[in-house]
Amino acid sequence: MASAQETALSAERQDIRNRWLLSAPALIIILLAAIGPLFIVLIYSFLAAGPYGDVEWKFSTDGWISVFLQRDIFDDTLSFADAHLAIFWRSVKLSIGTTLLTIVFGFPTAYFIATRPERTREMWLFLITIPFWTNLLIRTFAILQIIRNEGIINTLLIKAGFINQPIQILFTDTAIMIGMVYVYLPLMVLPLYASMEKLDFRLVEAGYDLYASRFAVLRRIIFPLVKPGVIAGSILVFIPSLGAYVTPSLLGGGKNMMLGNLIELQFGQGRNWPLGSAISITLMAIVMIALLAYVRNAGSSEVRHG
Amino acid sequence: MPDKNAIEVRDVSKLFGTGDAQFAALDNVSVSIRENEFFTLLGPSGCGKTTLLRLIAGFDYPTDGQILLYGQDIAPLPPFKRPVNTVFQSYALFPHMTVGQNIAFGLEMLGKPKAEIEARVAEMLKLVRMEALKDRKTSQISGGQQQRVALARALAPQPKVLLLDEPLSALDYKLRKEMQIELKRLQHETGITFIFVTHDQEEALTMSDRIAVMSAGKILQVGSPWDIYDRPAVRFVADFIGETNFLHADVVSANDGRATVRLSSGKEIPATFPSGSSPQGKVTLVVRPEHARVAAPNGTSAHVGHIENVVYLGTDTHFHVRLDDGTPFIVRQQNSRNGHNGFAKAERVGIEFGQDVAQILKD
Ligand SMILES: Nc1ncnc2c1ncn2[C@@H]1O[C@H](COP(=O)(O)OP(=O)(O)O)[C@@H](O)[C@H]1O
Ligand SMILES: [Mg+2]
Repeated sequence: MASAQETALSAERQDIRNRWLLSAPALIIILLAAIGPLFIVLIYSFLAAGPYGDVEWKFSTDGWISVFLQRDIFDDTLSFADAHLAIFWRSVKLSIGTTLLTIVFGFPTAYFIATRPERTREMWLFLITIPFWTNLLIRTFAILQIIRNEGIINTLLIKAGFINQPIQILFTDTAIMIGMVYVYLPLMVLPLYASMEKLDFRLVEAGYDLYASRFAVLRRIIFPLVKPGVIAGSILVFIPSLGAYVTPSLLGGGKNMMLGNLIELQFGQGRNWPLGSAISITLMAIVMIALLAYVRNAGSSEVRHG
Repeated sequence: MPDKNAIEVRDVSKLFGTGDAQFAALDNVSVSIRENEFFTLLGPSGCGKTTLLRLIAGFDYPTDGQILLYGQDIAPLPPFKRPVNTVFQSYALFPHMTVGQNIAFGLEMLGKPKAEIEARVAEMLKLVRMEALKDRKTSQISGGQQQRVALARALAPQPKVLLLDEPLSALDYKLRKEMQIELKRLQHETGITFIFVTHDQEEALTMSDRIAVMSAGKILQVGSPWDIYDRPAVRFVADFIGETNFLHADVVSANDGRATVRLSSGKEIPATFPSGSSPQGKVTLVVRPEHARVAAPNGTSAHVGHIENVVYLGTDTHFHVRLDDGTPFIVRQQNSRNGHNGFAKAERVGIEFGQDVAQILKD
């Protein structure tokens, strides 16, 4: 009797051990590839900048101070680092804008796919993923060709006689946003589709039956039910938008930097690795805070609705 | 006018699919449903009951024909403008809302004032006896309770017509019986026209004012439960509802709804036939098992045969008789306290009919 129990217990222990063993590769990768470098970045942010890049191994808070403040070269007084703050603000603004726009465009797209006959849905999903086949750089160049002054849009508008002068889109915040919406749209469509596919369309009919107009059905029934998809999609779009590098550097030009470009600048021409590290950590903090606020907000409103 | 029509379905057809795969879920259906009646669509699965309800609710549009609501063609109205509500087979309660919010939904969409909505929701909860569960999530209540919420939700906006698509089919037997009575009570108390769908003939017979029997996209017969049971017009109806004996006979004479037919035994008996038909020649007769008796063969016997099986069922006994012409015939006889009816297997018996029990089928 006792031995049977023991066997069962040891079998269970064995089972748990096996499970840990199975997840070991993933855990090692997470430790080495994600948490490790992060730790290095954190340490670097508290070191002094070396003259030709790299760091000097002595403790310094200069990196962190110059994230938010700048020292006047003549009298050493500190003032707010307006340029940095502007970039923070632009990054947050453009990322929120991108997220909202991908919802606006992604929602009908996902709805369209989810309401196709089952056979054809796969084809539509396949089409959505085609852009992933091409390198991000090339896709961004393609957008550049479309929106530049001699690009397709301006040429067509001028030919059609709507405008005389090309509209300056390239190297503006608008250009960055167009690029990011284009690049990140699939990341919104896929989770949205996943939750819409599960949507019981009989509930939509029940809504119509109970005198809800199309808009009311969308707002009161469909939207609350696919909210998990909206949340997932928003997270997937917002995070890479905030740290976007290629799109703003190509479409925004030198003046319209985002955080990714600012960080790159510090590790490159700026030769200020501690500052770059500190900005990176700050970026992560913004992401974390935004996520927490968003998820908590979304979660509680769901409780209120239901 | 008491016999005002709430719904009139005129020559409605509904085709699904295209090309060779095209088929008619509804095939030229016409039926009128009177105000305040409990009307049932009865038929086997796949015969087009749900399709007809969906056309009335507006979720689908007829390929052909017209549907009138109190004389008005409702084709131009989208579902959210039709004063018709549905109790869905799956209930389709909104999972992100409480019981109370579900019931309030239709009223909110109609833009009713808050106070009125609250009062009405309370009234509905009371009507379906769910007052205590107002703030529960719909996933936290039982199937029977969900059923009541679905009913309350559909009744709350006081529709002109309530459509119920097999609302009881997911409930267990006892609960179903309870809900049948409950539904009758609700229909009586609200005075709303009910169009009720079921594939359960017993349910249809006990609940309905009138029944339409459907098969393969067609309505075969419309009538009171009594009509449908005792005066089936066609073989499908007779077969689908209750147990039935079919007999061959020749028409001797027929007029004014009364006919005389000659059975294969040579015996002549009176029979009724569906209005609008004029039976002649060889016909099929229907006689319900409880409308015949077994007795010792004698001159008044309609048929003679021998007993193949006796099934004792407590309240009554079934005699499975093989008639001399080879036709099987079942007699259901009520049992009395003093032993059973006294006939045993293999015994020769005569079949006796009560007054006016035979109906001639159309086909
Ligand atoms: N949207 C549809 N597309 C194709 N066929 C359908 C559709 N809806 C129903 N049908 C078919 O129409 C017939 C009648 O269906 P339905 O009205 O649901 O039957 P019931 O409710 O009597 O069981 C069935 O053969 C069903 O397969
Ligand atoms: Mg059905």
